[in-house]
Amino acid sequence: MSQPKLNQYETTKYSRIYSLGATRGDLVVTNDDIAGPIDSSDEWIRQRTGIITRRRAGKDQSLMDMAVVASNEAIKRAGIDPQEIGAVIFSTISHPYQTPSAASLLADKIGANPAPAFDISAACAGYCYGIAQADALVRSGVAKYVLVVGGEKLSDFIDPTDRSISFLLADGAGAAIVGPSDTPGIAPTVWGSDGSHWDSVSMTASLLDFRDGEAAWPTLRQDGMKVFKWAVWEMVKVAKEALLVAGVKAEDLSALVTHQANIRIIDELVKQLQLPENVVVARDIINTGNTSAASIPLAMDQILKDGVVKPGGLALQIGFGAGLAFAAQVVVLP
Amino acid sequence: MALSQNEVLAGLAEIVNEETGIDTESVKMEKSFTNDLDIDSISMMTIVVNAEEKFSVKIPDEEVKNLLTVGDAVNFITSAQG
Repeated sequence: MSQPKLNQYETTKYSRIYSLGATRGDLVVTNDDIAGPIDSSDEWIRQRTGIITRRRAGKDQSLMDMAVVASNEAIKRAGIDPQEIGAVIFSTISHPYQTPSAASLLADKIGANPAPAFDISAACAGYCYGIAQADALVRSGVAKYVLVVGGEKLSDFIDPTDRSISFLLADGAGAAIVGPSDTPGIAPTVWGSDGSHWDSVSMTASLLDFRDGEAAWPTLRQDGMKVFKWAVWEMVKVAKEALLVAGVKAEDLSALVTHQANIRIIDELVKQLQLPENVVVARDIINTGNTSAASIPLAMDQILKDGVVKPGGLALQIGFGAGLAFAAQVVVLP
Repeated sequence: MALSQNEVLAGLAEIVNEETGIDTESVKMEKSFTNDLDIDSISMMTIVVNAEEKFSVKIPDEEVKNLLTVGDAVNFITSAQG
């Protein structure tokens, strides 16, 4: 007797981002509010980072609270039932539990239980990593709709006296619903990592060092100059590759949405990419700060809300950060 | 062919001018990038990368902090050209 033929998933040719959702920390933190402990000034911070205010969550606003708000908004805008969500991917570095995942709690809170749910740790590249996985899950037929969330409460992991990164950091959550499409909506992802620079953006100590009393509460640190160099000149290559594999040119873009790390990185990237002036460059960092995994969906949502780009246009999104991890893809704006 | 010190200085002055708007005439050997030319660390890194490309040399990240004056950079680049 012959062995029965196995069923496999029916594949879907294309996927797209259906909708976004976004929320930021409730508190508006000015440069003057944080300049004291780093012996700095509003002018110095603006000049070096572009940040005028950053949004942080207070004690009563958790990472999960923000993720729920952003996710519900994305689900509502997509016009889907949360029970149709076939996977929940939560990209974060600031979920304060080693386990269980933030994603499984989120799935339950938004009515997507029993969807498979898992966290990914790819820092500032995390949202684009999530979109890459969602695209693959949808097109392979594993899930009809995937919820991707980039969310951070980085203010729990900062040192007010640190001049390397803490003063940039902020809190928020961005969400996207990815689903099947009749036309291409998410181009191939150019992604990777370079662990030879593992310590360029990292924590001051491990949790074990903290437990053993050998270190203070671990907070984020970076080698700013090294990261700046990598984020501009290496990411220019990644951005160009993402355009190439998408089969589009810079002039075809409506928008460039980079990880909102620092305005100087964004401006230098724009210069190196020789972007035409009509391409909108997201600069959400000015009023939001650097929210790591949340920054790209927050910035994309903002330019759509502002009406400076229209749904259906093309956007190059590129995330880069601790790992060093990076990911870029051209997407159709929802 | 390796460039002379004066040629490297002229090329570096152009890079500094493009990044910061500082007049090329002001970029002199004895000038300190930070104290005299008021160039911050991010602009300095941009200048370094552009200099690497222009002069086909490698300036290691750990070397950048030793390049305090224009002359330090010119001398490093001149000798790194081999």
